[in-house]
Amino acid sequence: MISQDDVRHVARLARLRLEAADAERMTAELARILEHIDKIAELDLAAVAPTAHVLAAVDVLRPDKPRPSLSRDEALRNAPAVSDDCFRVPRMQS
Amino acid sequence: MTAGLDPLRLTAREARRLLTDGEIAASELTKIYLDQIARVEDRVHAFILVTADNAAKYATEIDREMGATRGALAGLPTAIKDNMVTEGVTTTCGSKILGNYQPVYTATAVRRIWGDHIVMLGKANMDEFAMGSSTENSAFGPTRNPWDLATVPGGSSGGSAAAVAAGEALWALGSDTGGSIRQPAALCGVVGMKPTYGAVSRYGLVAFASSLDQIGPLTRTVYDCALLLRRIAGHDPCDSTSVALPSEIELPTAERLDGLRCGIPTEYVAAGIEPGVLSRFEQTVALIEELGATCVEISLPHTEYALPAYYIIAPAEASANLARFDGVRYGYRSVHADDLTEMYEATRGEGFGPEVKRRIMIGTYALSSGYYQAYYGQAQKVRTLVRRDFDTAFAQVDLIVSPTSPTVAFCLGSRTADPLAMYQSDICTIPVNLAGLPAISIPCGLSDHLPVGFQLVGPAFSENRLLAAAHALEGAIGFTAVPTFCDSRGASHGAAGQAEPGAPTEPAGPDRRAADEDQRR
Repeated sequence: MISQDDVRHVARLARLRLEAADAERMTAELARILEHIDKIAELDLAAVAPTAHVLAAVDVLRPDKPRPSLSRDEALRNAPAVSDDCFRVPRMQS
Repeated sequence: MTAGLDPLRLTAREARRLLTDGEIAASELTKIYLDQIARVEDRVHAFILVTADNAAKYATEIDREMGATRGALAGLPTAIKDNMVTEGVTTTCGSKILGNYQPVYTATAVRRIWGDHIVMLGKANMDEFAMGSSTENSAFGPTRNPWDLATVPGGSSGGSAAAVAAGEALWALGSDTGGSIRQPAALCGVVGMKPTYGAVSRYGLVAFASSLDQIGPLTRTVYDCALLLRRIAGHDPCDSTSVALPSEIELPTAERLDGLRCGIPTEYVAAGIEPGVLSRFEQTVALIEELGATCVEISLPHTEYALPAYYIIAPAEASANLARFDGVRYGYRSVHADDLTEMYEATRGEGFGPEVKRRIMIGTYALSSGYYQAYYGQAQKVRTLVRRDFDTAFAQVDLIVSPTSPTVAFCLGSRTADPLAMYQSDICTIPVNLAGLPAISIPCGLSDHLPVGFQLVGPAFSENRLLAAAHALEGAIGFTAVPTFCDSRGASHGAAGQAEPGAPTEPAGPDRRAADEDQRR
């Protein structure tokens, strides 16, 4: 059974701020969803290979040729904050 | 001439003929759709953004400047789901976190049809990040079903489906991760197809669950579906999972189904299909047999495990894909933070809606230390079993048929409190994505006053067989009903209850629904 502490831990891993009321509601919702998901534990899957991808293709490589990519201006166009032609972020530690 | 054209009935095939024969100008055709948008959009809200001026200008350009150089789809008015990036046109993915995002490139599927000179009418509404089955999870307010404004259009491509049904677009592009094209197509009485995984490039499609996502058409007819699919399908060097189809998509002509073997999965029919849907489904199966095909019961024994496996795999992939929305390179950034980690957490906490947060949480949990094998690893093994079920079935039959959705369109708000009830909408469509197969939904009649969808599923890369069979069946069904824009609750839903198209700022949420409730009383 998932606890509210688990939910807070997972929210930290996901870099997701949850208000106290959200964390409480999320715990109840996740518990129900996980209960549904746990149904797959009924199956004996020891001898089954996993499917990561449905296509048979493996090792798809393209020629290693340089081609134009986004310009600096284009890459920065949507940035919430820019300084000296770089993405600007808040300080790493408060 | 144009006075006689009804946007609720016009097909792309007919519109193209009228344009080619010079019976209508591209600008006149576009105006028919812009007029219809002006008439009904405040009630339907199929679009997050209507690009009316650009559409009119471009259609005029097609008329004036393009003669022999006109592309294959020149002048055909089209809606694009708002999770496909369009250079210079705001792309929100239905989310506050991308509310002002101005793409600097264009999705391959869109670029291809732009190259064919289609006219883009706007960006269609959707559940935030394509997570949902009702379009109620859009940050810009819900879309309503033109068949009954009290009900949802399905989702997540609900805006695309509603736009086509309401005559606000000739056709549309959507995307399908667990049923997001087929289920809204079914609920809105239009055709919707999810191609084989890899058939259409995902480059420029905002990623939800990368091993499941596919772009596909929503159209009025199966012929139109083939017409649009053949232009977007094919290998793209920018998407290493895209592949060339073994043969080009053909425009379907079949009228009979002689010799075709169809399988009806007992597990789907047992899965709580409502009586009205079941009865339309059974009538359609009888039609298939009249057309010369045989229908037999088959078993897809792991169906009941497909939904739980999907709700591990899709959120796991989503939690990884959505890590990029961190307030650094694009999108919303919270001001309520003092350092970098706080900025990430606040940005994502404020920028994502409840369902997206739920899925990120499930996905992160399922991938976290100690749970990875128990959840993600096991779900991938279930995926193998689901694929094997289909392989076994396709050794016996050519196509698999089922209802697309267990119910017709449901009322707004009726499932939002219970995520699991909402997830059940996709029980007949999700296994198909897990196996990467192509599937199409076509309207097969009405139950009460609402459309019912009929799903045909084929083996990988059997698009032509699927389209041919759907075309023959469509002819036999003869679905001609059009939406009435009625509201079964008898309340009016005018502009007051809707977000303004083009000004996507107001978040949906309990407050919005409460306001609607008040309006109804």
